[in-house]
Amino acid sequence: MEWTYTVRNVLVGSSLLGLTGGVLGCFALLRRQSLLSDALAHAALPGVCVAFLLTGSKSPEVLLAGAMVAGILGAFAILGVIRNSRIKEDAAIGIILSVFFGIGIVLLTWIQKLPSGNQSGLDRFLFGQAATMGTDDIRLLSAVTLLVLFAVVLFFKEFKLVSFDHGFGVSLGLPVKLLEFGLTSLLVLVVVIGLQMVGVVLMVATLLTPAAAARQWTDRLGAMLLVSGGIGAVSGSVGSLASATIPRVPTGPAIVLVSSVILVFSLMLAPRRGMVWAMLQDRLVERRIRRENLLKDLYLAGERGIGFGSWVTLPILMGYRGLSGSGLLRSARRLVKNSLLERSGDQLRLTADGIREAAKVVRKHRLWESYLSRRLELPPDHLHRDAEMMEHALSDEVVDDLDRRLGYPERDPHGKPIPREAS
Amino acid sequence: MTGAGAVPKTGLPAVEVHDLTVAYRSNPVLWDVDLKVPEGRLVAIVGPNGAGKSTLLKTILGQVRQTTGWVQVYGEPYATRRSWVGYVPQRESVDWDFPTLAQDVVTMGLYGRIGWLRRPGRRHREIALSCLERLGIGHLAGRQISQLSGGQQQRVFLARALAQDARLYLMDEPLAGVDATTEKAITVVVVHHDLQTVPEYFDHVVLLNMRLVAAGAVEEVFTAENLQQTYGGRSSILTRAAEALFASKATLKE
Amino acid sequence: MSDTFVILLVGCMVASSCALVGTFLVLRKMALLGDAISHSVLPGIAIGFLLSQSRSSLVMVVGAGALGVLTVFLVERLQRSGRLYADASIGVVFPALFAVGVILISRYASMIDLDLDCVLYGEIAYTPWDLVVVAGTTVGPRAVWVTGLTLLLNLVVIGLFFKELKLVSFDPGLCEALGFRPVRLHYLLMALVSVTVVAAFESVGAILVVAMLVVPPCVAYLLVDRLVLMLATAVASGCIAVFAGYGLARVLDGSIAGGMAVAAGGLFILAFLLSPRYGLIASWIRRRRAVGRYPAQ
Repeated sequence: MEWTYTVRNVLVGSSLLGLTGGVLGCFALLRRQSLLSDALAHAALPGVCVAFLLTGSKSPEVLLAGAMVAGILGAFAILGVIRNSRIKEDAAIGIILSVFFGIGIVLLTWIQKLPSGNQSGLDRFLFGQAATMGTDDIRLLSAVTLLVLFAVVLFFKEFKLVSFDHGFGVSLGLPVKLLEFGLTSLLVLVVVIGLQMVGVVLMVATLLTPAAAARQWTDRLGAMLLVSGGIGAVSGSVGSLASATIPRVPTGPAIVLVSSVILVFSLMLAPRRGMVWAMLQDRLVERRIRRENLLKDLYLAGERGIGFGSWVTLPILMGYRGLSGSGLLRSARRLVKNSLLERSGDQLRLTADGIREAAKVVRKHRLWESYLSRRLELPPDHLHRDAEMMEHALSDEVVDDLDRRLGYPERDPHGKPIPREAS
Repeated sequence: MTGAGAVPKTGLPAVEVHDLTVAYRSNPVLWDVDLKVPEGRLVAIVGPNGAGKSTLLKTILGQVRQTTGWVQVYGEPYATRRSWVGYVPQRESVDWDFPTLAQDVVTMGLYGRIGWLRRPGRRHREIALSCLERLGIGHLAGRQISQLSGGQQQRVFLARALAQDARLYLMDEPLAGVDATTEKAITVVVVHHDLQTVPEYFDHVVLLNMRLVAAGAVEEVFTAENLQQTYGGRSSILTRAAEALFASKATLKE
Repeated sequence: MSDTFVILLVGCMVASSCALVGTFLVLRKMALLGDAISHSVLPGIAIGFLLSQSRSSLVMVVGAGALGVLTVFLVERLQRSGRLYADASIGVVFPALFAVGVILISRYASMIDLDLDCVLYGEIAYTPWDLVVVAGTTVGPRAVWVTGLTLLLNLVVIGLFFKELKLVSFDPGLCEALGFRPVRLHYLLMALVSVTVVAAFESVGAILVVAMLVVPPCVAYLLVDRLVLMLATAVASGCIAVFAGYGLARVLDGSIAGGMAVAAGGLFILAFLLSPRYGLIASWIRRRRAVGRYPAQ
C-alpha cells in the first residue's frame, strides 16, 4: 500500500464518518428509527438529481443540499402516510424508500443521457466512491462532524429525554417536536454526507452497526455514544486501510464488514450481555441442578428407611431419573470434593454436611408444594413438577419467608415431613 | 423537597375542564366533559377500557390536542402552570431497555428546573436519590432500568414525579405507594383499575366513559347506580365492588 | 414475440409474484424483512454464480434462497436474544450480507459477468435478447421462463396453504393453538419471498423489487378488506404499474424499472387520497360531518 494523498483522504474521511455515524446512530437505534435512516438514504437520491438538474452544478454543497431536502421530505412523507391512513410503519417506510429511489433512478438515467450529464458522476451516490474524495469533501465532513458533536454535547440531556420518554418531555414543556426535528435533521445530514462514501444500501449500517455493538458494552447513554463513535471511527479507518491494501475491495463494504465483525464479537463476548457468558451461565446452573438432584435422591433413599448416610449403589440412583452412570459420577465428583458425598466403587453416601445440604433442597421442594396447595388450591398430584423446578431457584431468604407465612408446617401436602434447618 | 405543609392552598380548583371533546381521526374519545377537581384531594379516575381515562390526563398535560373546550390547572392554562404539575406515565409507554440508570430517570424530573445547556449536577443527583429513598428503593439508584421489577419501575416513575416537586400529580398508572405524596395541599389524580379499593384509597372519584358519568366525593358518587351507568352493568367485578363498597359504608356508619 | 411484449410480460409476472407474497408481508407487518431479503441474497447469487459459472443455473437460485432464509433466521435470533430491537436487527443484518456480496462480486469481477448496477436496478430492457436455447432451438427469452415458473410456484404454494397463511397473518397465536406450526409457515413464506426476489432481480433489480413487494399490496390494503380481494387487487395494481411505468420510461427515455416504481408510487398516492373507505379525502369529509353528530344521549 502506498501512503498517497488519496489513501490519507479516504482514511480521514472514513474515520470521521464512522465517528459521527456512530454517535447519531445511537439515537436512531434507541428512537426505533433504524429503518427510517435506511429510507432516508434512499430518499436522498432524487434530491441529488433535482439539484443537479436545477443548478447544473456538481459541487458537493449543492448536491447535498438537494439530498437533504429530499431526505427530510421523505421523512415527512412516511409520517404523513402513517398518520393519515391505515398503512403501518414498516410498509410506509418500504413505500417511500422504493418509490423515492425509483424516482431517483429514472432521473439519473435521464440525466446520463443529457449532454451535460454524461460525466456528472452522480452515480457515486449509488455505491459510494470514497476514493474520489477531495480536500473539499474532507473539509465539509469535518464541519458536519463538529456540528453534530457540538449539538449532541450541548443538548445531551434533552436528546436523552426525548429519546427515552417523549410524553414526559412534552409535559415538562420542552419543545419536543423541535428537538426531534433537530435530531432527524442531523441524521439526514450525516446520511447524505455518507452516501457518496459508502453508498445507498450500506449507509444504514454505518449508523446502526456501531451503535448496536456499543449497546452491548454499556448501560449508560453517554458511554454508549462514546463507545459507538469509537467503534465507528475504528471500523472506518481499518476498513479504508484494508480496501487500500487489498486489491478490488471497495471501501464502503470493507468498513461495514469490519463493524459487523465488531458487532458479532460484542454480541458474543461483551461482559454481562454476551451470549457466550449466558450460555456458560446456563451450563453452570444445569450442573448445579444435577448435583442438587443427586443429593436429594440420596436423601430420599435414606428417608425411605435405609437411614441417612448409608450406601446407595449407582444402578439404583440411575433408575430414579433415568440418568447415565457416567453423568451421575460427574456430578458426584464435585460433591465428593466438597466433602458432601463419599464414594466407594459404585456406591455413594451422604456425609453429615451432605445430609444438611440435601435437607435444604428437600425443604424448598416441600415448602413450595405446601404453598401451591394452600394458596392456589391445586390438587396434590399437580404439585410435584412445579416444585421440582422451584427447589433450585428459590433463595434461602425466600424459603424462610415462605415457611413463616405458611406458619412453619410440619408436613407437606403428601404427608411427608418438611426438614427443619439443623439448629 | 417539600416540607410538610410547605405548600399553602391556593383556593383554586386543581383542574378545571370545560366542554372538552377529544377525537382521534373522526372517532371521539372524550365527549363534552365538564369537570372540576378540588385542591388537596386524592382522586381516582375510573372507567372501562377505552373510556378515555389516559386521554383525559394527556389532554390536561397538553400531550393531546382537544377538538373543543379548554383545560385549566389552578386557574391558568397548563403551559403557565407546568412547574406545578408532576406526571407519571404508563409503564409500557417507554422502552425499559434504554441505556440509563434508575437515578438518571429520576433526574429527568428536574430537567425543567435545570434549564437549557446545563448538566445535572451533584445537587440534582442528591435530590433524585432522596426521592428514590422516600419510596424505599434508594439502593437501586445505580441499576440499569431493565434490571428492575415491574413494581420497582413504577416506583422509579413515581420518584421522578416526586422530584418535580409539584402540587398536582397526574398518574396514568395505578400505584402502590401513592401515600408517599400525600400532603394536605397536594392533589393526586390517578387512573385506577381496581374498583374494590377505590373507597379505601381515594376521597374523590371521577367516573368516565367517553362522557363524564359522575364526579365528586366517593361516598356520594361511587354508587352502584353510577357504576352501572359507567360500565353498562356487565361486569361481575362491578357487582362485587359495589358490595364491597356497601360493606365498607355499613361499617363506617356503625 | 415483440420486444415490448416480452418486457411487459416479464414485468407483469414479476409484479404478480411480488404482489402475492408481498400481501402477506404487509399484513404481517414484515414489509421490511422483504426489503432486507432483497439485499442480502446478493452473496448467495455471487457464490452460486462462482460455483456454476452461469447466470441461469439452479445453483444460483438455491444459493439466494438459502441466504434469504439465513437472513430471516439471523434477524429472529437477534431479536429473540433480547439484545437488539427488532428493527435494528434487520438494519444490521442485511447490510453486512450485502457488503459480503459486493466484495465477492468486485473481487471476482473478471470471472463474473454480473454487474453491480444491474443487480441494484436491473435491466429489464435487455430481457428480450437473452434467449434460452434447448437442443439447438430457441424456446424464448430466459426471463420469461424464470419469472413464469416463479409465478407458478407462488400460485401453487399460496393456493395450497391459503387458509394457513391467512390464519398466520391474522393471528399467529391461534394458528399455533390449532397445530399449524406458524414458524414453519413463516419460513415457507420467507423462502418464497427469497425465490421471488431472485427471479425478479435481473429484471427490476434489488431495490425496485421492494417497490413491487410493498406498494401494490398497500394500494390494495387501502381499497379492499377481504384477503382474496386484496391479493387480486394487489396483482392488478402491480400490473397497472408495470404498464404505466413502461410508458413513463418510454416518454422520459429513462430506466424502465425505475419508471415502474414511480408508477406504483403514483397508484399509491391515488389510493391514499381517493380510496372510498380509507382515503384521506373520504375520512376528511367524514370528520367534517362528525362535528355536530354525537348529540346528547
